Amino acid sequence: MGIDRRKFLTIAGLTTITTLGKKVIGNPSGGDEVVETGSKAVKRWAMAIDMKKCRQHEGCVECTRICHKIHNVPDIGNSKEEVKWIWKEDFEAAFPNQHHDLLEKEVNENSVVVLCNHCDNPPCVKVCPTKSTWKREEDGIVMMDMHRCIGCRYCIAGCPYGSRSFNWRDPRPFIEEVNPEYPTRTKGVVEKCNFCAERLADGLLPACVEICPEKALVFGNVNDPESEIRLILKSRHSIRRKPVLGTNPQIYYLV
Amino acid sequence: MYDAGKIILGILIFLILATSPFWFSKATGQADYLPDPIILTKDTPGKDLCVMPTEYMRSSHMELLNDWRNSVVRDGIRKFTSPDGKEYKKSLSNTCMDCHSNKTDFCDKCHNFMAVEEQNCWSCHVEPKEEL
Repeated sequence: MGIDRRKFLTIAGLTTITTLGKKVIGNPSGGDEVVETGSKAVKRWAMAIDMKKCRQHEGCVECTRICHKIHNVPDIGNSKEEVKWIWKEDFEAAFPNQHHDLLEKEVNENSVVVLCNHCDNPPCVKVCPTKSTWKREEDGIVMMDMHRCIGCRYCIAGCPYGSRSFNWRDPRPFIEEVNPEYPTRTKGVVEKCNFCAERLADGLLPACVEICPEKALVFGNVNDPESEIRLILKSRHSIRRKPVLGTNPQIYYLV
Repeated sequence: MYDAGKIILGILIFLILATSPFWFSKATGQADYLPDPIILTKDTPGKDLCVMPTEYMRSSHMELLNDWRNSVVRDGIRKFTSPDGKEYKKSLSNTCMDCHSNKTDFCDKCHNFMAVEEQNCWSCHVEPKEEL
């Protein structure tokens, strides 16, 4: 007699796990993987945020203001429907793993600038059923194609950083002054920071980096060992948001 | 055939009535209506030509726009070189509408006539402000 049902299922299950296991679970050491320095020709945009410098300006939201202005991000005025690309978050909320009650007062009580981490291993990309979000091979930016987004919001569920917002309604009436050079979004699509891909294409720095009065944001190519960002990361201690999740976020926070 | 006269008359009346929309529109000239979009050009030298020859734009602008959309968003190729060697930024709002700033008289005229749904370009892309 051949194999019985129980045996068949066991074998099938084991085969699936062994062949797909690595793909499904991902690299177990993913979180600690240092940026691949394989080819210098391939850029890898990343950002370092100097939390000390950022703290100097209490209540400064210049980065948010300029970003939301040029990208036509609406101000819905309702936290349930708000749309945001870059904003300030409490330290505890941004770094739940690194927080404890006895932290320095300045760190604990000040908010941190957060935005899309442009992960090297982005979970939002894995879950997108239409490939409307993907990681650009040439520079690592996690891009969005609004033309393809069907508004399923899997990516919002997938992103561990809350970097993605959904347009619950037509955003147009909530945009104070529409910037004609950049499209708005429409009801039913997800949006997030695009690392100013449109400005990078023109050889400009991201708007938040450019406007920061304290020059607390450093943007650059981490695949280039001589870049400003690599030098600063070498000389200062940096942390990242939820690195244990294995997403390999590319926003570095200088403590 | 009984009542042949009445039947033939009836058939005639029916035929006239059934084809009346055609006669009517022919008589009023509506059948010959063709939309005539107003093509604006910039007075600036060098900008008086479109990115592609007029004939091509007339027949295939939708393919060009589709191609621009995909290549900009998916491949990051934002520059377009026209057959006469000029370089343009691939942008609906900033390049196309920079010259063709009259959406109502340009895009809408034909699209409405042909009942083209423009894939909702304008629910996201910002159209130039028109003086009404």
